[in-house]
Formats: sequence, C-alpha cells, structure tokens
Amino acid sequence: MKAVPQDFLAGARDTIPILLGVVPFATICGVAAVSVGLTPFEAVGMTFIVYAGASQLAVFQLMGAGSPWLIMVVTAWVINVRFTMYSAALAPFLQKEPIRRKAPFAYMLSDQAFGVTMTRFSNELPTRPAWYFYGSAATVWLTWNISATAGALLGTLVPESWGFDFAFPLSFMALMFAALQDRPGVAAAIVGGVTAVLAKSLPYNLGLVLAATLGIAAGVLYEGFLNRPETGVAP
Amino acid sequence: MNPFATWAFFIAIGLGTFLLRFSFIYLFGKVAMPDRLKRALRYVPVSVLAALVFPAITSPAGALDLSFGNVRLLAGIAGALVAWKTRNVLWTIAVGMVLLWVFQTL
Repeated sequence: MKAVPQDFLAGARDTIPILLGVVPFATICGVAAVSVGLTPFEAVGMTFIVYAGASQLAVFQLMGAGSPWLIMVVTAWVINVRFTMYSAALAPFLQKEPIRRKAPFAYMLSDQAFGVTMTRFSNELPTRPAWYFYGSAATVWLTWNISATAGALLGTLVPESWGFDFAFPLSFMALMFAALQDRPGVAAAIVGGVTAVLAKSLPYNLGLVLAATLGIAAGVLYEGFLNRPETGVAP
Repeated sequence: MNPFATWAFFIAIGLGTFLLRFSFIYLFGKVAMPDRLKRALRYVPVSVLAALVFPAITSPAGALDLSFGNVRLLAGIAGALVAWKTRNVLWTIAVGMVLLWVFQTL
C-alpha cells in the first residue's frame, strides 16, 4: 500500500518546523534530570520509559524538595491526565489499526504530535490518518530522546551554584500561560497557585494535591457560573 | 532511593502515563468520555502548573517571603511576564535565569 509510506513521510515532514521547540526543551529535561542527582543512564532511561517532559520536570522539582515517591508518582500522573483528552480525540482515526500498532502509537503520543496531527486532520484527512500520526509522533519521539540524552550528558557539566533548579518554575510558567485560554482557566490557576502557597506546610506535599483539586473545582464552578441561564428564574 | 526503587519508580510513572495515553484509543466504541469529566480535565494542567510555580517563587527557602530580598520572586515575576507575552519555554528560562544571576550578584 503506497499510502502508508506517503502519509508517514507527510506526518514527519509537517513536524520538522516544531522540532525547533522540541530540541531545547528536551535538552533542558536531560540537564534537569542530572541536576537533581540522577545518573545520565537513569535520566535517559526515565525519558525512554515515561516520555512526558512536563511531568518529568515536576518530578525533578519535587525530588529536589525531598517529596515522598507516592506524591511524585501521583503528581506525574495528574499532569499527564491531559493525554486522555488527546487519546479520545485521536481514537476514531486509529480504530482500524490492530492493537499491536495501537499500543506503540499510544506510547508515542505527545503534545506536539497531537497538535500537528489534529491541525492537519481538520484541514484535510490523509488516506491513512493513523500513519500520518505515526510519522509525526515518531519524529518527535526520536528527536526528544536524542536531545534528552545530549542534555543528560551535558548536565554533568552544569555546576550547582548556577541555581539551575529555578529553570523548573520558569518552564512551568511558560507551559501554564500557553494552556490558559479563558477566564475559568485563569481562576483555576490563581486558586491552584494560592492554595499551594497557603498549604505548603501540609505533610507529604499534600498541599500540591489539594491545590490542584481546588484549582480544577474553581475552573469548573466559574465555567458553570458563566453558562448559567440569563433569565434569572429560580431553578 | 536505591537503584531498584528508582527504576520501579520510573516504571510506575511510565506505566500510568501509558495507560492514560492508551485509554480511549483502546476503549473507542466501548466507552465514551463523560462530558462533565472532559470539561473538568481542561483545568488540570493550569491548576497543577500554577501549584508548582507559586510556592517555588514565593517561598524558595521554605517560608513565605514576599520581600525584595527574595530574588527568585523578582526574577520569577519578570519570567512570568515573558511567559505571558511569548508563551515560549526557552525565552522564559533565558530571561528568568539571567535576571536571577544579576539579582544574586547585586
């Protein structure tokens, strides 16, 4: 089938421009992993196993603060819950593939591949959409792992006195502003952030879980408030 | 953490993350995501990220410090402005780190 290699290559090609953002971010993840005390081998292994930058950075920040491992695992999962939304949106395009392909395709799902793929699908659907997605996802995956490996090797050269741990909150800021779309989102961020500051002294870093929960609740409540009926009639 | 625990820790995060990615690709046609859940999920990233950012810049030494002596707060606010304007990770890190070093040496 000729459509397979064609669509795979088209997906890879459309992904090249965004690699400009993937390379530095993945490199930073590699440097960050080593800066909190992982060996370069562990850093590379973690990137291969987890393959989700934002959640890995969150784990590194918490590692530096000495959090219990259960809190770190839950935090990583919570940050990665967004993948279920991507999974639901992509599912109809992958449904014809056998499960032995669905599984590796799912493993390679990333924010960037999802963005490229859905943009293309909304304009023009390729003959084999699953292979277009795979072309994009594999390109991001390969670039990410090579860059993170380079970062892990470079990271051993970065002295602690540089305060590199400050790069964590800085990168989260950029990701947060990129994810802010509307007022309920802003409410969620403010409530989540302020709660985290106030609840910082809770044991086991539970303040983070409480903050995320209240932030989500604030967003949902605000959205419900905006969508209320205008009539003013009591329910 | 000993080496075994470290790898078990990575696998726990990775396995959970894989299941989140695989969820609806696997379940398609069997289960649909409830609308309410879909709406709530939209607020997960901003809530968690804000909860990681705020304490890291307002209480870098552990206790709340909103004074001018807190260089991470100053550099962090500048970084937030860059993040807001550019939404770019690299620019935010570059400006924030350089300002942190400048404020530390002042």
